[in-house]
Amino acid sequence: MRARMSAETLTSELTRRIEEISGENLLKCYQCGMCAAGCPAAFAMDMLPSQAIRFLQLGLVEEVLNSDTPWLCAACQTCYARCPKGLDLSRIMEAIREIVLQERGDYIDLGDLSPRDLAEIPQQAFIACFRKYTA
Amino acid sequence: MKRIGVFLCHCGLNIADTVDIERVAEEIGQYPGVTCAVDYRYMCSDPGQQIIKDAIREHGLEGVVVAACSPSMHEATFRKTAASAQLNPYQCEIANIREQCSWVHQETKAEATAKAVGIVQTVVEKVRHNESLAPLALPLTKRAMVIGGGVAGLQAALDIADAGHPVILVEKEASLGGHAAQLSGTYLGLDTFPEILNSMIRRVQEHPHIQVQTQTEVQHAAGFVGNFTVEVQQHNSSASENCLSNPVTYTLDVGAIVVATGYELYAKEKLGEYGGGRYPNVVDGLQFEQMLALTGPTGGAVRRPSDGSVPENVVFVQCAGSRDPQFHKPYCSKICCMYVAKQAISYKKRVPQGQACVFYIDIRSAGKNHEEFVQRAIDEYNVLYLRGKVSKVFEENGKVMVWGVDTLTGVTVEVVADLVVLATAAIPSAQARDLAQRLRIAVDEHGFFTEAHPKLRPVESLTPGIFLAGAGQFPKDIPETVSQASAAAAKVLQLFSQRDMIQEPGIAWVDEELCSGCGLCIAACPYEARAMHQRLPVAVVHQALCQGCSACVAVCPDKACSVHNSDTAQMLAMLEALL
Repeated sequence: MRARMSAETLTSELTRRIEEISGENLLKCYQCGMCAAGCPAAFAMDMLPSQAIRFLQLGLVEEVLNSDTPWLCAACQTCYARCPKGLDLSRIMEAIREIVLQERGDYIDLGDLSPRDLAEIPQQAFIACFRKYTA
Repeated sequence: MKRIGVFLCHCGLNIADTVDIERVAEEIGQYPGVTCAVDYRYMCSDPGQQIIKDAIREHGLEGVVVAACSPSMHEATFRKTAASAQLNPYQCEIANIREQCSWVHQETKAEATAKAVGIVQTVVEKVRHNESLAPLALPLTKRAMVIGGGVAGLQAALDIADAGHPVILVEKEASLGGHAAQLSGTYLGLDTFPEILNSMIRRVQEHPHIQVQTQTEVQHAAGFVGNFTVEVQQHNSSASENCLSNPVTYTLDVGAIVVATGYELYAKEKLGEYGGGRYPNVVDGLQFEQMLALTGPTGGAVRRPSDGSVPENVVFVQCAGSRDPQFHKPYCSKICCMYVAKQAISYKKRVPQGQACVFYIDIRSAGKNHEEFVQRAIDEYNVLYLRGKVSKVFEENGKVMVWGVDTLTGVTVEVVADLVVLATAAIPSAQARDLAQRLRIAVDEHGFFTEAHPKLRPVESLTPGIFLAGAGQFPKDIPETVSQASAAAAKVLQLFSQRDMIQEPGIAWVDEELCSGCGLCIAACPYEARAMHQRLPVAVVHQALCQGCSACVAVCPDKACSVHNSDTAQMLAMLEALL
């Protein structure tokens, strides 16, 4: 399918929200690929981090919302540490997750966890899990 | 017999590894007239040159042969060495035993040695018959002609005139400024450019040393460096409108010429797949500049040519006709990446709600502040850059549809545009080829003027006294054009700083007793250096034009032509030494 582009498609509400939540200017990315080159989780992703940004630049947000890339991002910030344009991709990935969770509901619910899980899971992992998988 | 010294250079191992230098020295030492034969590791070094100087004094040498590299490498060096020991420099000759011997016969050392002996012997014979000569002093007209009144021509004219030399600025159009006068602004300094250009034009027009000739074209150029006679034709505009005036032709004497005829855009009609010339809403870069220009027909407002509406989606197509060896021009036009970024920003300033898309295959923004400028277009003005060459452009429901791709994601793209700007290739101006022929300077396969050396002599043509400036040599932006124009002016001033023109004396001369005035030499001469005497029925030599090629010597049935220090007796003696 040929993607149609015009002023309207390129300025979607979703990209505006991603920029607002993350505080990053998506257009700053010039597609050098350094984030993808250094990402420890890239091997498992269906879309490289740099490609995810590119889809957002093109206004093709759905592709990114349906990708597993934002969920595999461990927020290790290797990309941010190296990005020559100073973009914090982990913030952008978090913004994408935020939007998905808000629209499609939380991934996990406290009530689903067994008393055993609650007793055994380390507190830090527990909090991190809720930060990442709930809106 | 003339006392001749032979100096054999090892050139490190370059010569000595193949040629048995000691053997050559031994053999040549026995040759008639050779007073001394000395070898040294590097004859061009200070101690090597000292050996030559000492030998000239010690043996009272009257001729010197240096067997070494090519004369184009060190002839001047060794002639200076000879002169410093009070030997006429034209009594010093080079025997090339490197390029023409050791380098090409590395596998056959014995034969190479024999050949080296032969080469040195021939040059000994030449030196035996050499006359002592002196460089010629020729007249020099310290007035320059600048052809083309664009930025390059204006700058070159100002620089030469500011140094106090008269300049004739020839422009084929009725006004000065060239394509730069069509620009709404530039990428560094943006909108300030038109005013800068105007003040530049005013300075040229008011300059006491600059004579501006508009609507004037060069018809013919004769003469040589320091002494050109240029015939120009002026289409007179001063005559009243209802009276067709005849063009006036006249000649001008100048000592140097700066060629600054600039560029044109590749016709968009040649880009059929982009709808160039077919759709009114597909324009080229200069047409878009006219829309942006405050002095343009729209007063600086961006409007669709078809209906005058404000375009909300504008697509810029880079490399339209450039970097396309299969169908168009193979080279990068160099200026488009930057002017497209500038035009996209200018558009966004006028239509803030609009979307600008740029299709590119590479962004070439090498230059001071250039990359930052492009990034500003992207970051601050939200110009969308799409990496991929546009495949086609077509009309649909009053829109211009652009089919391309974003190769970074692999997504094929269709942009619904209101206006498409083609950054078409920059090509030489239409008359450049003709002019090159009239001036006897070279152009390359695309019609750009050829510089004397791509790295070391970038502002000189191969014809002495004719210099190049601006986009006629290759597309270049304004800062680069100004640099080249100032460099060309500096070359002109370097020429004008001499008292006379100095010419090498190894040129043809005519024995008037023998010349029958048949004129064959005039036809044979490739440099237009031969002519008939004004009164006598004999041929003469223009000393400044003659390059000493000897074509006239070969063709002369009367044996009246000769070239100083390459005469027939010398040639025969050299051959005899070799055979």
